[in-house]
Amino acid sequence: MSLDSKIPSGPLEKKWDDYKSHIKLVNPANKRKYTVIVIGTGLAGGSASATLAELGYNVKTFCFQDSPRRAHSIAAQGGINAAKNYQNDGDSVYRLFYDTIKGGDFRAREANVYRLAQVSTNIIDQCVAQGVPFAREYGGHLDNRSFGGAQVSRTFYAKGQTGQQLLLGAYSALSRQIGLGNVKMYPRTEMLDVVVIDGHAKGVVIRDLVTGQVSVHSADAVVLASGGYGNVFYLSTNAKGSNVTATFRAYKKGAFFANPCYTQIHPTCIPVSGDHQSKLTLMSESLRNDGRIWVPKKQGDTRNPADIPESERDYYLERKYPSYGNLCPRDIASRSAKEVCDAGFGVGPGGQGVYLDFSSAINRLGEHTIAERYGNLFQMYEQITGENPYKVPMRIYPAVHYTMGGLWVDYNLMSNLPGLFVIGEANFSDHGANRLGASALMQGLADGYFVLPYTIGNYLAEVGFGKTPSTDHAEFKKAETDANTQLNKFLNIKGKRTVDSFHKELGKIMWNNCGMARTDKSLKEALVKIPEIREEFWKNVNVPGSGSDLNQSLEKAGRVADFLEFGELLCLDALTREESCGGHFRTEHQMDDGEAKRDDDKFCHATAWEWKGVGAKPTEHREKLEFENIKLATRSYK
Amino acid sequence: MDLKLKVWRQKNAKEKGKIVNYDAKDISPDMSFLEMIDVVNEDLIVKGDDPIAFEHDCREGICGSCNIMINGEAHGPLPGVTTCQLHMRSFKDGDTIYLEPWRAKAFPVIKDLIVDRSGFDRIIQSGGFISINTGGAPDANALPIPKKDADVAMDAATCIGCGACVASCKNASAMLFVSAKVSHLALLPQGQVEKKERVKNMVNAMDKEGFGNCTNQYECEAACPKDIKRDFIRVLNKEFILS
Repeated sequence: MSLDSKIPSGPLEKKWDDYKSHIKLVNPANKRKYTVIVIGTGLAGGSASATLAELGYNVKTFCFQDSPRRAHSIAAQGGINAAKNYQNDGDSVYRLFYDTIKGGDFRAREANVYRLAQVSTNIIDQCVAQGVPFAREYGGHLDNRSFGGAQVSRTFYAKGQTGQQLLLGAYSALSRQIGLGNVKMYPRTEMLDVVVIDGHAKGVVIRDLVTGQVSVHSADAVVLASGGYGNVFYLSTNAKGSNVTATFRAYKKGAFFANPCYTQIHPTCIPVSGDHQSKLTLMSESLRNDGRIWVPKKQGDTRNPADIPESERDYYLERKYPSYGNLCPRDIASRSAKEVCDAGFGVGPGGQGVYLDFSSAINRLGEHTIAERYGNLFQMYEQITGENPYKVPMRIYPAVHYTMGGLWVDYNLMSNLPGLFVIGEANFSDHGANRLGASALMQGLADGYFVLPYTIGNYLAEVGFGKTPSTDHAEFKKAETDANTQLNKFLNIKGKRTVDSFHKELGKIMWNNCGMARTDKSLKEALVKIPEIREEFWKNVNVPGSGSDLNQSLEKAGRVADFLEFGELLCLDALTREESCGGHFRTEHQMDDGEAKRDDDKFCHATAWEWKGVGAKPTEHREKLEFENIKLATRSYK
Repeated sequence: MDLKLKVWRQKNAKEKGKIVNYDAKDISPDMSFLEMIDVVNEDLIVKGDDPIAFEHDCREGICGSCNIMINGEAHGPLPGVTTCQLHMRSFKDGDTIYLEPWRAKAFPVIKDLIVDRSGFDRIIQSGGFISINTGGAPDANALPIPKKDADVAMDAATCIGCGACVASCKNASAMLFVSAKVSHLALLPQGQVEKKERVKNMVNAMDKEGFGNCTNQYECEAACPKDIKRDFIRVLNKEFILS
């Protein structure tokens, strides 16, 4: 099967406008005759649900949290990019587009990224109109700051809580539609399967997490906005509930999974403190605006950082990347931290940390200004580590943060399964092999507010109204039975090990063998070990309780079962991609100076995998990436 | 360190609950409070017991999911901290710790430490927004907002909707929560058009959900993990009278 990206023809800067002018429309009076299901209520799902309902469609929205306001987008801290050029520092749509393509190591689709940059400006207008309290200058205008991978200040922010404020904006728009009866909201539910009828996605199987009841819901289209899969590593900055289930089950129903090996490791995370650790906490990338990163020049130097004189400190990012310095992109900053720690210069327990030092910024600007900029982050750091970052430098280490891979989608954000749309982090489309800071929020809202509402209309107009299938259809019955069978299977194994113990074991293999650096050997080793863990899981997992009430162990069991299959796919993808790019670093493929070495002749494509059964090798499909407007270049931030 | 836990166990909304004793052994001071419960739960599962159900998600103090009364205090002993950001270094070896769910008629227990806080969502659905459809918004800088106003609006908007204010109030009042949203939107020029309707609708919804009224004891402010100030309740009252 060939992958048709459906990129409109014509010049890059006119594609989206031309597309919008020519798509099929649904008559306003007919919109209410369509039902759309949305899975997830983060920036992408929340904004899409609200916007589709505003347009007049019937929307059914599901989230596993107790309230749509708690989706993990809420934890994004630093900011959202937009090519407004309010600072008059040379920003433009083209420059945001170029930075994003370059940041993603030339592994994203030009047309999608350009559209993202184009609509970025509308997002800020929309959010301000909703009452999102972005930071302001004294003159009353919006303030901006800069983020990694950019030389302009295009990042809008609301203290260190930008994700929270943007999500609450989308949540308020969604709440308005729920109140008006246009969205039927189902909190505390989980999607267990997609129902496909005649090749089109026509519904979902849902489990009510409180009553345990499994039910089916039909629709004219299904939108997955269920986020990323970083928790396959067990330790990550993702919320504990974030999981791969919705996208993975869709993959098992025929949707292609693209580029799963593109995992972003974020450089500024609080280091692990012990085996009990359940998740990692990120310190916003914005800290790199004022914090300087360094390690002692002497290996194993355990002196108090204040006792280490300037001349004995290695500000390695400023040394290696003089023009971007501490603001180099995330993959580069992460790898550099790993390098210095692996070489024995790391600080803190186990030597797995580097200093993020604010002393020169505090001397220059005063503690008050630093507190105003980053106060809540400093407070959080102190809470977790028991150290005061105003007095001693923070210790940071890279951690799994965001996943650029996801279900393959075309320009319409539709997967290869017609009627199944995938938006936000759940799709693969906009960030290539690495995501620049402040771009995840931008993509989530772009997809939900400004892209999907157009493209889904085109699909719905084509399929026509009045065709919502009945849930009595055999495919619904089968999917419901399958879901119940799997739930009962978990409960009946009655083995000796907890679900979490399997998840931790998988996570360690993923991090050690397929983390910041991957080799042919480490990946092949992982591909042997993961099926072994999976086999033991299905024989020896212990899921207490019953399926007919709230059972958190049962919820986790389903998600970990999916991670145990998905982890294998991720490693296979990493093994197949014999080059280094962005967040995917194959040790065999590096420049003399340790930078990632791409192979554009062989790998300038997106890889989309087709499910062939548990343990069977999936079929590889390739979408060649055409760069008509940008010359492929070696990424340099020096 | 070793701790004694006294935990509220309740199978579901219909059955009666009771305090059950557990031992938490070899707890590291670097663990978060929720990681300590994780350790206890792993032991319970291996023994064939039901783990303690509790609500959590981001474990970064921002999603507002976690909610435990710890020794009678919402989110435990530290000011300005959620349960997930409370670390065991705040306790001593041999301590006895009580873990209970939020207590309020409007927050019925679902299981163990998990309560139903959907009343908060219904209050927001009644009017806690600015009615604007997507598309066609004016340029963001076309409406300058004084930094001072934007900053105070941001302070109000910081509320994470965890419900600690309700849980710590003897009347189970939701006025700190409602006042934060009303103040956030009332302080901004965009929020002016619907100001009067908004406050009336939200206060009515709050009453309908069964939340009590404020009697100015400010336990809510003391318990709030995001330091939402009681001054916003004054703003709420003013806005309500003016409406």
